[in-house]
Amino acid sequence: MRLLVIEDDRETAQFLQKALRESGHTADLAGDGETGLAMAQGATYDALIVDRMLPKLDGLTVVKTLRAESNRTPVLILSALGDVDDRVKGLRAGGDDYLTKPYAFSELLARIEALGRRVVPEEQETRYAVGDLVLDRLSHRVTRGGEHILLQPREYRLLEYLMKNAGQVVTRTMLLEHVWDYHFDPQTNVIDVHVSRLRSKIDKTFDKPLLHTVRGAGYMISERAP
Amino acid sequence: MNALRDLLIRQAGTTAFRLAIAGMAAFLVGAAAVAWLLFRETNAVLTDQTLATISAEAATLAREAQARGIPSLTYAVRLMSHQEGPGLYYLADPGGRKLAGNLNRVPPEIAGNPAGGVFRFETGEGAEKRERLGVAVPVSVAPGITLLVGRDVDEQRAFASRLKGSFLTGFVALGLTGLLAGLAMSRIALRRIEAMTATSRKIMAGRLSERIPLSGSGDELDDLAKSLNEMLERIELLMAGLKEVSDNIAHDLKTPLNRMRNRAEEALRDAGGPEAYRAGLERTIEDADELIKTFNALLLIAKLEAGAVQESSVTFDVGAMVRDVAELYEPVAEEAGLSLTITAGTGPAIRANRQLVGQAVANLIDNAIKYGRRTDGRSGMPAPEISVEVREVAAGAEIAVSDRGPGICAADRERALKRFVRLEQSRTQPGTGLGLSLVSAVARLHNGSVRLEDNEPGLRVVLVLPR
Repeated sequence: MRLLVIEDDRETAQFLQKALRESGHTADLAGDGETGLAMAQGATYDALIVDRMLPKLDGLTVVKTLRAESNRTPVLILSALGDVDDRVKGLRAGGDDYLTKPYAFSELLARIEALGRRVVPEEQETRYAVGDLVLDRLSHRVTRGGEHILLQPREYRLLEYLMKNAGQVVTRTMLLEHVWDYHFDPQTNVIDVHVSRLRSKIDKTFDKPLLHTVRGAGYMISERAP
Repeated sequence: MNALRDLLIRQAGTTAFRLAIAGMAAFLVGAAAVAWLLFRETNAVLTDQTLATISAEAATLAREAQARGIPSLTYAVRLMSHQEGPGLYYLADPGGRKLAGNLNRVPPEIAGNPAGGVFRFETGEGAEKRERLGVAVPVSVAPGITLLVGRDVDEQRAFASRLKGSFLTGFVALGLTGLLAGLAMSRIALRRIEAMTATSRKIMAGRLSERIPLSGSGDELDDLAKSLNEMLERIELLMAGLKEVSDNIAHDLKTPLNRMRNRAEEALRDAGGPEAYRAGLERTIEDADELIKTFNALLLIAKLEAGAVQESSVTFDVGAMVRDVAELYEPVAEEAGLSLTITAGTGPAIRANRQLVGQAVANLIDNAIKYGRRTDGRSGMPAPEISVEVREVAAGAEIAVSDRGPGICAADRERALKRFVRLEQSRTQPGTGLGLSLVSAVARLHNGSVRLEDNEPGLRVVLVLPR
């Protein structure tokens, strides 16, 4: 993916550029809001990573300006502000996702990749398939190798989100946010327990595991092990 | 002497003194106006009286002359002149010879003046000789005859000058009293303000428990001192809170920081090669994540205590929300060997920040899972179950999370809601020690409350949120 990182801290920006390159993406850097806005207007990017507090023009204004110009490039807002209202403000300004500093790079990578992939509107996909595992979004039926698997509603939504992002790492926080709509720290490994229950239903009686744990990052559903 | 002068200069510079002097000056101007009016009126009354007497006598004498002729007039004037009293008379024939009267000549001041006027004359002989003030008018009785009728007004003049003198003395006395009163007032005010200044200096020097002394009179300075003292009380409380937090941060965060450092060092020393380095780094990152969690929880509590999450408040169904969160934890509880019972229907609906309430409920259930089991291994205890209930109460919604663990003894309950307090028996469990204090901060933010109760046996935490 071609990304633009608008971040005023040089060291953070260079770390992101290097780490993103190692993950197979290219990233341009902008050190302030004005430069960042001009670069976002002048070229086509797959996604933007925008720091909230920037010199010259703050991050939210950059996003608002782009949205006012009908620029739909996905935006991930980074912020050191962790206020309860800040997230709401960030998303209201037109951000697609919001990440609070300090963050793990794996979290940022998983989120930016999830954003960049949103090319096909998800409503149009009626069926997800990974290997012989099939999820039918119209009948809410899940089968593996033709065998029907009975899932609880929450397990179904968990699998749906994982399959929508098949082949990509999905972090625990992303699961908590998208499957449960919670933006708080659950204290314990609640997500792990839910994933392991799902795994026991879709993988246990089959030879080839599809639901993988990615160390230090999260989970991934894929035919090939990561 | 110099010290006294300095004191006076300082007092003269106070607001109280300036106010006293301004008041006194205004009063003196008013008093002078009254005195002047009084003096003028008195003078006018006395003068009118004198003039009336003179014209009455003049009329009588003129009638006498017309009726009985000059000799009779001469006789009458002589008679009147010999009477004791303030009357002054002078009668002369056309040749200028004095016929009668107690004045010896026409006073030069009024000679030729047809309206008469004020003049000086002398009485007595030798040592008794005295100059006096008189007033007289000429009366025309017959051609060539000079008749002056007047009055000795020296008494009046003396009265007027005494009046003037006493007014002046009064003014000086008033002025002095005012000055002294002003000095005294400013002295009193200065002393109390100096006490305030002294107190604030002591506080600035670090003695935060100092308070401004009250005079007990309940006046405006006392009111000011009282509200300043209340402010100091609040500041001291906040400072104490801050100190407690920083002490606790030092204590509770230094330990994991040190552990992380040790782990990194250990990995560096490890001869196991890249694999061991990798494992060491991964564990270090895990430690860092735990630290970040603690910091985030701390910051969140601090922000909640500062208040203001209006924007993200929504109206939602507490019953459904709590059931949802409890269901998230159900498998975790099950794995820990605890059964989780949820008693929550729909409603009541409350207006609050859904994420914060969710976090609070999650913390409560998480605590119940961590501490909800008896560790003393006594038999015959109720099964280790966790119960989550939502009830509609008059105040709004009541969310109760109960466990069958060791509970918290009544004496410790208040303390357990405080930041970083981890009661002895919980030290071995992982956690930030911020769970319950976050719950109580969320409750306070929504004007609700938290109470800890005995679940007989176990702990029951009740979170009340208003509608």
